[in-house]
Amino acid sequence: MALRIVMAKLGLDGHDRGVKIVARALRDAGFEVIYTGLRQTPEMVVDAALQEDAQVIGLSIHSGAHMTLIPRVMDVLKEKQAEDLMVFAGGIVPDEDIEKLKKLGVAEVFTPGTPLQEIVDYLRAKFPGETAAV
Amino acid sequence: MKAGAKNGRKAGWRKAYEAAQKRDDGIETSTISGIPVEPLYTEEDLAGISEELPGEYPYKRGIHASGYRGRLWTMRQFSGFATAAETNRRYHYLLRNGQTGLSVAFDMPTLMGQDSDAPTSRGEVGHCGVAIDSLADMETLFEGIPLGQISTSMTINSPAAILLAMYLAVAEKQGVPFADVSGTLQNDILKEYIAQKEYIFPPEPSMRLVVDSIEYCAREVPRWNSVSISGYHIREAGSTAVQELAFTLADGFAYVDACIERGLDVDSFTPRLSFFFDAHIDFFEEIAKFRAARRIWARHLRERYGARDPRSLMLRFHAQTAGVSLTAQQPEVNVARTALEALAAVLGGTNSLHTNAMDEVLALPTDRSARIALRTQQVIAFETGVANTVDPLGGSYFVESLTRTMEEQAEAYFKRIDELGGVIPAIERGFFQKEIADSAFQYQKELEQKRRIVVGVNDFQVDDEEDLEILRIDRSQEEGQVKRIADVRRTRDERRWRDSLTKLEKAARGRDNLMPYILDSVRAYATEGEIMDTLKSVFGVYVEEAVI
Repeated sequence: MALRIVMAKLGLDGHDRGVKIVARALRDAGFEVIYTGLRQTPEMVVDAALQEDAQVIGLSIHSGAHMTLIPRVMDVLKEKQAEDLMVFAGGIVPDEDIEKLKKLGVAEVFTPGTPLQEIVDYLRAKFPGETAAV
Repeated sequence: MKAGAKNGRKAGWRKAYEAAQKRDDGIETSTISGIPVEPLYTEEDLAGISEELPGEYPYKRGIHASGYRGRLWTMRQFSGFATAAETNRRYHYLLRNGQTGLSVAFDMPTLMGQDSDAPTSRGEVGHCGVAIDSLADMETLFEGIPLGQISTSMTINSPAAILLAMYLAVAEKQGVPFADVSGTLQNDILKEYIAQKEYIFPPEPSMRLVVDSIEYCAREVPRWNSVSISGYHIREAGSTAVQELAFTLADGFAYVDACIERGLDVDSFTPRLSFFFDAHIDFFEEIAKFRAARRIWARHLRERYGARDPRSLMLRFHAQTAGVSLTAQQPEVNVARTALEALAAVLGGTNSLHTNAMDEVLALPTDRSARIALRTQQVIAFETGVANTVDPLGGSYFVESLTRTMEEQAEAYFKRIDELGGVIPAIERGFFQKEIADSAFQYQKELEQKRRIVVGVNDFQVDDEEDLEILRIDRSQEEGQVKRIADVRRTRDERRWRDSLTKLEKAARGRDNLMPYILDSVRAYATEGEIMDTLKSVFGVYVEEAVI
């Protein structure tokens, strides 16, 4: 079965170039990608992931609100007993915040300039056998 | 020289070129937008291009006969962060350091028309710009800055009419007549649907608000640039230079159409439409883009819309260096990128310029990085000598040929947009969004294949990156702002506030120009969120279909 990934733009900013490029690359790599669109709240993202029966949530944020909104996603996952969902993030996130987010359970944060292949390889390594053949 | 002899020499060169050993690094030689580039351009490439002069229709070589000899471009650094008081200090600092105009960056809640105390504003207040909730914040923002003497640019779109009203209300309090107020409102809603995605209302009522503000300014605030038609965000979202050029000018024509439909005379408002372009890293392509933009605007305004006033035909623009070209890796290198992009904007005849700070890919700029960015412009203006000649690249075989190609390709896009029924139907069908997403993906693929190089990202990396000191916004600012808005709500004249919003709602249901009603609400200290909510109750909200 193909890995199901919900990709979401968290917060108010509309910078969706990055999330769309990553979503396309993951889809082209054989994953099943559900893109929620812009301006998602943490609650909306978690609901979408549960409804779509996704194993992975990919969050994009460029507004500087990552330390408010991403921890909230992790909390909502706990509240809904869905901590087994893997969360990764991308966007403008300073290094020291990356450390903090990882402590909260975020699997990885990809910063600007990350090759798409690196994200694909990362997910393949985390979920061997769940990726559809390319 | 006779044509035959010339051809002979060119053939000779061609032979020598073919025989020569050439670099074999697999790197694309086309422009960043994919326009093929020849190794050599000659006089032949100028065939059919007639000689033009600056200050003359169709203004390819610039709108002023005197170029930068008459007046340098305005050095206008976009800035704003945290609270109005904090940003006011930065403005005084920039003005002391020789900046000649202000440019306000608003935070995400302000851009999205919501107050700092709205639940979805949490964590966003004061991050991407300054938080403005009511006239009280605007008074603080411009404290000690005489609005009759300085011009201000405000980057705001869906709630643009409200922020303009707040600015005018501050001028009023300073005793400055509206006729003396000058500045620019971005107010370009079409590119929000196309690229930046900070839309709120559906396209039709949004266009009404834009036309209302254009009409109001033409009548009451004659020195105000009512719309800054923006390609910047289209480009930053991943478009090519040609797409940026074509989509932006198509938006411009759509505004002209809407105003004419309202019954405005074309020459009554077009002199106050200005443009805002990206200055990206592909040097000559950018210069050609700026030159082509002026020609296209002038031709269409004269031939299609019958404009007579020369000012209606002159495309004036602000340029900003490309944020998207900056790298988080080895960020100091961004100073070099920005300098080259700024030089392209100057050689393309920009009327106003923002240079990005090296750390903008990481956070908002520090005082130090903001100063280096401004100094970069000053080096170009005062040290390099490039401002001494008007359109110094005019007549360059390559630049002229590229200018023509960009113009032709933009015209081809105008045709396609017309076939789709115009800009708004094309937005609703996702045409622009898809074109841009395709280009962005294509470029990313070229990077991954190393057919394009970004220094420090896919080549010339270093293992040990030194950390750059970055500006951090203190969370306590958010609490302070939330408290301030509560104070405004507590102390304002309740009855006057309620009356103003009731009248605004009624007007929104009718056909009156909404600017006077918004101005009254602002004077009564209605918050931005309250005014937007009043309008939303009449206009509804827009939801985009999410496509990848």
